[in-house]
Amino acid sequence: MTKLQNPIKEAHEPLLKRVVRSQIFIPVVALALLVIFNLIMDPSFFSITLKQNNDGDPVLSGNLITILNNASELVILAIGMTLVTAASGGQDISVGATIAVAGSVMLRLLCGTDARADTMETSLILAFVVGCLASMLCGAFNGTLVAYFKIQPMVATLIMYTAGRSIAAWVNGNKLPVLNDPTFAVFGGFIPGIPIPTPVFIAIACMIIIALVMKFTTLRLYTQSVGINSYSSRLNGLNPAFVKFLTYVILGLCVGVAALIKVSRSAINYSTIAKDIEMDAILAVALGGNALSGGKFSMTGSIIGAYVIQFLTTTLFNFKVPSDALPAYKAVVVIILVVISAPVFRDKVSKMWKAVKGGK
Amino acid sequence: MKKLLALVLALCMVLAMAACAPEEEAQQGGDEGGLIKVGIINNDPNESGYRTANVEDMKRVFCEENGYEPSFYYSMKNDEQIAAAQNFIQAGVDYLLISAADVSGWDTVLKDAQTAGIQVILYDRTINADESLYVASVVSDMAKEGETAVTWLESQGLDSYKIIHIQGVMGSAAQVGRTGALDEKVASDENWTLVTQQTANWDEETAKQIVESIIASGEEFNVIYAENDNMARGAVSALDDAGISHGVDGDVIIMGFDCNKWALEEVLKGTWNYDGQCNPFQADYIDEIIQKLQAGETITEKVIYLEEKGFDAKTITQEDVDNYGI
Repeated sequence: MTKLQNPIKEAHEPLLKRVVRSQIFIPVVALALLVIFNLIMDPSFFSITLKQNNDGDPVLSGNLITILNNASELVILAIGMTLVTAASGGQDISVGATIAVAGSVMLRLLCGTDARADTMETSLILAFVVGCLASMLCGAFNGTLVAYFKIQPMVATLIMYTAGRSIAAWVNGNKLPVLNDPTFAVFGGFIPGIPIPTPVFIAIACMIIIALVMKFTTLRLYTQSVGINSYSSRLNGLNPAFVKFLTYVILGLCVGVAALIKVSRSAINYSTIAKDIEMDAILAVALGGNALSGGKFSMTGSIIGAYVIQFLTTTLFNFKVPSDALPAYKAVVVIILVVISAPVFRDKVSKMWKAVKGGK
Repeated sequence: MKKLLALVLALCMVLAMAACAPEEEAQQGGDEGGLIKVGIINNDPNESGYRTANVEDMKRVFCEENGYEPSFYYSMKNDEQIAAAQNFIQAGVDYLLISAADVSGWDTVLKDAQTAGIQVILYDRTINADESLYVASVVSDMAKEGETAVTWLESQGLDSYKIIHIQGVMGSAAQVGRTGALDEKVASDENWTLVTQQTANWDEETAKQIVESIIASGEEFNVIYAENDNMARGAVSALDDAGISHGVDGDVIIMGFDCNKWALEEVLKGTWNYDGQCNPFQADYIDEIIQKLQAGETITEKVIYLEEKGFDAKTITQEDVDNYGI
C-alpha cells in the first residue's frame, strides 16, 4: 500500500530518477516507442499534406491528423474515467451505451419526430444541453448506486451497459435518425476554411477546462483523498459519497461532449456506435500509470494514454495487419504496456535495480 | 384451526382448477374457429436498420386482421431465445418462427416442438440442426449477394481493379458470403488486386480510418467494396476529406450493401455506384408457407431463398428508393 509517495523524499532524488519514477514516464515512453517504430519501418507515416476536400476547403490529411482527430472522444472520456477511477476505485463500463443515449437524445431533438431532417429543427445548443443532461442523468444513476448503495462500480454500471442501447433506440422510437445538415457535421469534421479537424479543438478545450478545474478547485484533493481512504477523509470533514457521486456526473458530462462528436461524425446505429469505447477509456487510464483501485492519479498520464491507444490502432491499420489477427496484435502490445506501467511491476523493478546497484 | 385452514385452501385450489378448465377448453375451441397462434422469436430490433425493418415486416403480416394470434420475443442471446421457444411450446402455439442468434444448441427444443406437433419455420438465419426438425427456412443467400455485386463490378470494365475491401464482423454470415465471391474473383483474375482487406466490424468510423490510412500511404485504388452501408459511408467521408472524387464519373467506385434508405439516396444522387440488397421482408414468404400448410399441402423445398437485387446508380429510380429502402 504505497500509494502516497513521500513528496519530500521525491524532491531530493536526482533528476533522472525523478523522471523515471514519475507517473507519466511510461505512457510517454510508449508513445516514443511507437513513434520510433514507425520512423524506422515507414517514415512516410508522419507525412502531412494540405489537400482540398470535395467542398473545396483546405484540409490537412495524414496519419498524425487521423490520430489526433480520432483520439479526441477517447481523451474526453479518459478525463472523466480517471476521476471516477480515482474516487470510487472502479470503472464505469457504461460509457459506450450512455453515448448512444446522449447521441440519440440530441438527434431526437434535432431531427424531430420523423427521424429525418435536412436542417436542424431545434437550436443546436438546446439539443446539446439536453443531451448532456441525459448523459449526466445516467451518470447520476450510476453514481447513486455506487456512492449511496455501495454497489461495486462495475456491477452498478452493468445496468446502464445492458439497458443503455435499448433506451437510446426507444428515445427515437426504434428509428435510425438521419440528419443531413452540413452545419451539424462540423463537430465531427472540419469548420470550412480551417484545415484542422474540429474534434481536436474540442478535445483541447476539454483539456484546458480540466486543467483549470484541477488548478483552481479542490476536486483533485478531494477525489484523491476519498479514493485513498474514504473513512479518514470523512473524519476530515469530507463527504465521500458525494465526491464519488460527483465524479460520475462529471463523467456523464464528458460522455455528452463525446456523444456530440460521435453523432456528428457518423450516422447513429444504436448497436455499433461507440462500441467497446469504455474498454479503451479504461485502458487509457491504466496506460497513464493510474492504479485502477483508486487513489492518486495523473490526468496527463490518462490523456497521453488515450493518444497512445489511437496511435497503436492507426499504426496497425497502416501496416495492414490482417483483419483476423488485428485484435491479437493489439492485445499483445496492450498487455506489455499495462504490465510495465503497473505500480507493482515498477516497484519490483526498482527494487531489483537497487539490488543490482548495491551488489556492485 | 390449522387443519381447517389447510382444508379451505385445498378447496380453493380445487375450485380454482375447476374454474380454469372450462375456460381453457373454450379458448382452444376458439382457435379452431379462426386465429392461428404463432410464436415469433427474433433478434433485438435495435440491432440495425435491417433488423428494425424485419421486425416491422413481421408485425405487419402476423396480426389479428390476417388471422394470426402472434406472440413476439426479442433477444440477441441464444440461450434466452431457446428458453422463449420452450415457453411458446408450453403455451401451445401452432407455429414457431425462429431467427436464431446462434447456429447451434437448438436440437433439443426443436425435438420438443416436434413432439408437441408444432411446426417450425426458420427465417433470416439458418441453424445447424437436422433438416427433419423444421418445415422450411426462409433466408438470404449471402454468397449470391456477393456474386451479384462482383458480377456487377466486373461489368464496369475497368482496366484494372485496385480494391479496398472493408469487411464486416469476421465470421458473420453476411461477411463470409460477401467476402467469398470477391476473394474468388481476386484469386482467379490478375487484373483484380486487393489494396487492403480489413475488418471495420460494420462500423463507420473504423472504415473511415482504414481508408484514411490507405490515402496517407499514397497507394492507388479505384474501388471501395464495403460490406455494409455504414462502412461505405465512412469510406466516402474519408475520400471527401482528401478531395478524391467518387461515384458516377468519379475516380473511385463505391459499393455498399443492405439498401438503407439514405444509402439508396446516395446511389440516386450518383455519389455511390452500387448498393446490394439484403432483403428483410420475409414475412410474406412465411405467410405463404403457413397458408399452404393450413390447406394441407406439403412444402417440398427446405430452403427458400429471398429475391435480392443490386441497385446501379445509372438505373436506380426514386421508386426503388421508396420501395426497397429500409
